[in-house]
Amino acid sequence: MTPDDRKYTQEHEWVRIEDAAAKSAVAGITDYAQDQLGDIVFFELPKVGDSVTHLGKMGEVESVKAVSDLFSPITGEVNEINDKLLDHPELVNEDPFGEGWLIKVTMADVEEADGLMSAEDYDAYTARL
Amino acid sequence: MTSNNLRTALYDTHVSLGGRMVPFGGWDMPVQYPDGILSEVKAVRTATGVFDVSHMGRLYLSGPKATEFLDWVLTASASTLRVGRARYCMICNEKGGVIDDTIFYRLSEDRYLLIPNAGNRPAVVAWFQRWIDEKFSRGCTMEDVTSTTGLIAFQGPGTAEAIDKLADTPLSGMRPFSWAETAIQGAPMLVGRTGYTGENGFEMLVQGNHVVNIWTALTASGAVPCGLGARDVLRLEAALPLHGHEIDEATTPIEAGLDRFVRFDKEYVGSDVLRDQQENGVKRKLVGFTLPGRSAPRAEYNLLHQGEIVGAVTSGSYSPTLDTSIGMGYVLGRYAEPGATLDLDIRGRTAQVTVTALPFYSRPRRT
Repeated sequence: MTPDDRKYTQEHEWVRIEDAAAKSAVAGITDYAQDQLGDIVFFELPKVGDSVTHLGKMGEVESVKAVSDLFSPITGEVNEINDKLLDHPELVNEDPFGEGWLIKVTMADVEEADGLMSAEDYDAYTARL
Repeated sequence: MTSNNLRTALYDTHVSLGGRMVPFGGWDMPVQYPDGILSEVKAVRTATGVFDVSHMGRLYLSGPKATEFLDWVLTASASTLRVGRARYCMICNEKGGVIDDTIFYRLSEDRYLLIPNAGNRPAVVAWFQRWIDEKFSRGCTMEDVTSTTGLIAFQGPGTAEAIDKLADTPLSGMRPFSWAETAIQGAPMLVGRTGYTGENGFEMLVQGNHVVNIWTALTASGAVPCGLGARDVLRLEAALPLHGHEIDEATTPIEAGLDRFVRFDKEYVGSDVLRDQQENGVKRKLVGFTLPGRSAPRAEYNLLHQGEIVGAVTSGSYSPTLDTSIGMGYVLGRYAEPGATLDLDIRGRTAQVTVTALPFYSRPRRT
């Protein structure tokens, strides 16, 4: 099930607003993305303090077979990365919407997420791929 | 979605198992099943795995001049191969470049089975036909049975015990690179003690109408279905070359470090070039290297020494068996010694790699 408490990009990232007043959000990749990638072995993520921009490249993900770019769903400043992924990148295969989150961001503008796809729209989008 | 790719007899089986089908060498083949490449690799290294390798070609070469013909087109000797045995070798062009690598089985005095790679089958068939017509006409005939037969690889340390429970005749005592005829559940087959995983195992040639039954018998015995993704990781860990990566028409077996599969005491296509390279050396050599961590070298990444490009990667992967990243590539000869360190350009990031003796992985031998 694609959770409906967050928004999605065409590049298969998600963002969930944790606290709108504090402009804090958490982002990751979708279940569809992890399934397409297969066994994930390595993440190259931005550092705490780095700026990320909406649909700008923010890192890379490597599976056994391929390398893919990661794009940020939102604009803002990274305030936390998921350290567990360093030793356990497979968390993203197992739980992409929960334990397998990638970064936490202080958003420049929380309304930016309004322009992204809903869970329903995202499911319709991936069904056509 | 439609494709013009060929399908093996197991296509529907792969789809029903959840296999992710991808184009490979003109065929639609499973790259992995739902449990993923890492668990498939583990199955082959610790238990048993089964692969549909029916995309690879099956050619029969028969006739009074079949041996003479193969001695002319292969780097290995056919005339010294005993009936009942098989050999790995290369098919080279006049420049010593590798048209394909292959295993060939001597079925009788005048009859052989030869397995080319899927994507190279048309080139091999055309090359063989040219030489048959030019030099061996009326003495050697070629029959391509790829579309009417299937090939299944059964690989892993548990295969010897498992196959004796399944087959009509005991096979666990077979020597590597030998073959035998047997049957499983009434389906006759030719079984070779061969493979492409670096693990103990068997490859089974069966008629097309029996392929699904054999596959089902093997998976029912506990063998894990494995796709091309796992096959690539396994062969890389065992440092087995893949045509199109470590070897191609512009690369010789000498450069690839495959001289132990090359005869220097017979005349055949490319033999003068190979002999010259063996005597006088080559500029670049295939090496293996490791780097810590899980970020993998990928084909065509550059290898550098003090900022100068001295080579390039041909294959690389995270190795789940060794829990480190591994790769193979060509470097200038002076950087080919085990222990040499080079810089790998990973999409703009630099990582230090260490040249290492091959293979990366060899299976534990029984004591």
